[in-house]
Amino acid sequence: MKMISRRIPILALAAAFVLLATTSTSLLAAASEADFNAAYAEAEAANKQAGAQRDQWTTTAATLANAKKAAESGNFDSAVAEAREAEALAKASVFQATHEKDAWKAAVIR
Amino acid sequence: MNLRPAIRLASAAFGLATLLSAALPAGAADSVDPAADAKAFQNYFTTKFPKLKPADFVNGPYSLNEDMHRQWVEKEEFPPYEFSLEMGKEMFAKPFRNGKSYADCFDNGGIGVRQNYPYFDEREGKVITLELALNRCREANGEAPLSYVKDEMAALTAYMAFTSRGKPFDIKVPNDPRALAAFENGKEYFYTRRGQLNFSCASCHVQNPGERIRAETLAPALGILNAMPIYRSAWGGMGTISRRFTSCNSQIRGVPLEPQSDEYRDLEYYLSYVSNGLPISGPGARP
Repeated sequence: MKMISRRIPILALAAAFVLLATTSTSLLAAASEADFNAAYAEAEAANKQAGAQRDQWTTTAATLANAKKAAESGNFDSAVAEAREAEALAKASVFQATHEKDAWKAAVIR
Repeated sequence: MNLRPAIRLASAAFGLATLLSAALPAGAADSVDPAADAKAFQNYFTTKFPKLKPADFVNGPYSLNEDMHRQWVEKEEFPPYEFSLEMGKEMFAKPFRNGKSYADCFDNGGIGVRQNYPYFDEREGKVITLELALNRCREANGEAPLSYVKDEMAALTAYMAFTSRGKPFDIKVPNDPRALAAFENGKEYFYTRRGQLNFSCASCHVQNPGERIRAETLAPALGILNAMPIYRSAWGGMGTISRRFTSCNSQIRGVPLEPQSDEYRDLEYYLSYVSNGLPISGPGARP
């Protein structure tokens, strides 16, 4: 019984250590080129959809360019962040174009 | 009972309905009435600005403010578009390498015809703008097309507008489903919000003419194309209709379409038609 009660704090401590180690690794891990490629591809796909709806934003294009520039300089953390920002902008433009498909009619002079 | 004729009739009706629904934007088939749209459009602006005569609208912001109007009157004594006008006149008269000239491509030798553009070409099924017609004329005569947003195109259209000054816009929308669809598409483009700033053309030029956006006084949409091309002090030079459309899109953080894309041609068609009856005043000058 004594043995078990002594082991519990040790096990708990070990588990906490493992948890802390894995969490901090994933939090601090630098983004890789593969992460950038995946994020950039998603942003590009969303922007392409906006293009098909004839409603791309200049800010999306600029943010995509920033992402590429950061990746070229090897700063993949920044590159991934920019690509995700570009994806959010592109998705907002797709939402706008989809919404406006009918909404424009409410503004027509009658 | 012979059902074949009834089935054929139903098939033909279905085919026709499918064709029309493909040509016209959703919900437009039963509501495209260009004449009613133009009447409502003009009525909106004349009610909003009761002191203005319809012809005053072609002078844009200069008609909305007394001080600006005085500036404009003085500016017209030595207008900033004069150099462009001279250049356009020379370009227009200079024969192409094959001996022909622009005059051979247009009715009445291209003089006094600005008010008829854009028109709907029933053979092609599309809208033809003056800028497009000028480049097609060049290409048909073995010359390279001009940029739609640069000085040479502005100069040529300035000269053609000048020879048409005072003639009322006379844009026709034939009773052809493709022409009605082009008109409706232009209307849709005009009222659709786009770009990160979420503006439509109407946001500025219908809902807020006369108001300021930063240092600029917004022009009313009525008569806005009658003065084109324009010398803009903000640009430090001349601008075509293509330049105006693409730069408007950029200003609201939208990626501009290709100059003379179907959307811009249809937009020009719509905007010109709703200003029918107002005189051509181009080339113009704007702040």
